[in-house]
Amino acid sequence: MNTVALEVKNVVKTFSVDGSKINAVDDVSFKVNSGEFVALVGPSGSGKTTMLSILAVLLTPTSGQVLIDGQDLAKMSEKQRVVLRREKIGFTFQSNNLIPYLTAKENVEFMLRLNGKANRAGRVRSQELLARLGLNDRLHNLPAQMSGGQQQRVAIARALIHNPTVVLADEPTASLDTERAFQVVETFANLIHENNRAGIMVTHDLRMCKYVDRVLQMRDGKLVQIYETKEEVMALARGGDH
Amino acid sequence: MGLSIYLALKEIWRNRGRFFLVALVIALITLLVLFIAALGEGLGTNNRQYVSNLDAQLIVFLDKSDFIIPSSRLDQSALKAVRRVDGVADAGPISTSSTAILLDNGKVLKVSMLGVEAGRPGLPPVIEGRTYQTQLAKETVIDRNVALRSDIKVGDEITIRSTQGTKDEFFTLKVVGLTEGQAYTFQPTIFVPPSTWERVRPKSEAEANKTVPDINVIAVKLEDPSQTEAMKSKIEANVSNVQVADIETTISNIPGYSAQQGTVQTQGAFTLLIGVLVIGGFFQIQILQKVPQIGVLKAIGSSNAVVGLAAVIQIMVVTAIGVGIGGLLTYVFSLFFPPTIPLVFNGNASALAIAALLFIGPAGGLVSVIYAVRIEPLKALRLS
Repeated sequence: MNTVALEVKNVVKTFSVDGSKINAVDDVSFKVNSGEFVALVGPSGSGKTTMLSILAVLLTPTSGQVLIDGQDLAKMSEKQRVVLRREKIGFTFQSNNLIPYLTAKENVEFMLRLNGKANRAGRVRSQELLARLGLNDRLHNLPAQMSGGQQQRVAIARALIHNPTVVLADEPTASLDTERAFQVVETFANLIHENNRAGIMVTHDLRMCKYVDRVLQMRDGKLVQIYETKEEVMALARGGDH
Repeated sequence: MGLSIYLALKEIWRNRGRFFLVALVIALITLLVLFIAALGEGLGTNNRQYVSNLDAQLIVFLDKSDFIIPSSRLDQSALKAVRRVDGVADAGPISTSSTAILLDNGKVLKVSMLGVEAGRPGLPPVIEGRTYQTQLAKETVIDRNVALRSDIKVGDEITIRSTQGTKDEFFTLKVVGLTEGQAYTFQPTIFVPPSTWERVRPKSEAEANKTVPDINVIAVKLEDPSQTEAMKSKIEANVSNVQVADIETTISNIPGYSAQQGTVQTQGAFTLLIGVLVIGGFFQIQILQKVPQIGVLKAIGSSNAVVGLAAVIQIMVVTAIGVGIGGLLTYVFSLFFPPTIPLVFNGNASALAIAALLFIGPAGGLVSVIYAVRIEPLKALRLS
């Protein structure tokens, strides 16, 4: 427990817009331990999606360091990054999450196929995980035959099945109604804690923070506040009700 | 590789309706391409069949006749001289003309009438009946195609109408034999002895009393068929005022032959080009619709190679299915075509067309594959 899974040191990401330079992420540093579920919040334009892209190894920071499992991403080739993405990172996206022509079970197993681990044990585990997420009767449905909440839960299964170090979720509740949103995030939190992963969820919905251990708040590219204690986090989540 | 095949086939199977429709479009293009190829082959065959089936390696023309059969005029002394050349196994005169057979129902059947000597290169093997006996016999060997179109049988007598000078003359010939596959300049052929040919053929007033037949060209059979080049020069050196061509050159100089083949080949090429554009367009639109999902595939760790290869495999599978259906359709249609339509399905021409069709899929889809490879995984996060 409590080993550092992800470490961000003085990360800056600069974009050029109409000739002027804008720091979308401005000198951000934090650590996430395994077994910890963290929310990254902030208004739109605060840089949280840019930050998530950097953690996902999809964007290279202008300066600063990102370490996953102690490995420095800046020192990797593009090929190694692709490998790292499929081995050490699990993903859920806001929309268009799943491959539309694969069934729920196939979508989850695809992550194992990518890693060359689609064996019998893997298939059994996929089924168990989907059952755990309440999708036992949806195993052979295509994404188009499932509701938004069901799709999001399949995506969660896909993000966890290959035992990644870091699990990243981009606005997992954006297309869900309140009740479903709470259910999805609660299950997500439980699985992250049980499996001892480092989970990071980007959300604009502060109510979802009641299931997380810590909240990182960003504004204008800067990390402005960290809510560490249970009380602080719960207070923030209640505040989101208004 | 395995992963690409898995993705490509799953997607095709789960969207089989849509992919089947594209395969059908490819099938229709295949049908068109194969029919154009068969038409080219059929037209070509109808034009050159007699010449390509000749039991000869060289054709002797009048010098400066530019290898045009109707422009060439040779005489008996040239024929004798050619036969005397060392290395010539046999030589036979060929005299060409067009004429009409009067049919019982009052219609006429236009045929190529060729004057050739019995037993010499120039007269094809007889498959039914016999060949004519003398140079003067009022007998004829007809191509099976004449029989098919007219109900004429071996043993029948046919009437030839021929304009000589200012009068229409009528000649009666007895059909003694049947041969096969001898179309020449788009007409089925009848063969007659040289002297009979001279008497029956249409001619002008000035030629009306001629009895020694004109010869257009001489078909030469060599003792060693591999020596065509050497024998060409030898005949030209030993016989005055002639030029010699091999069979291939003779065919390409049949009036209109090259121009017609060029036209048909251009049509075929344009049909393939349309195929490239149709397939390219479909897969390009499909890739545009798939940008988010390809972004997700890459974001969760699929390499560009996996995504690109999957796109290529998909295009190849759909093209192969389309070409397969098209080939089958073509075969079924070809069974219902009457023999008078000049369609010839030749193995080589069809194989070439099918190879070209299988190539146009990947060629057309190339742009979409490149596009797929270039999609940024950031698309999954709506960032780029």
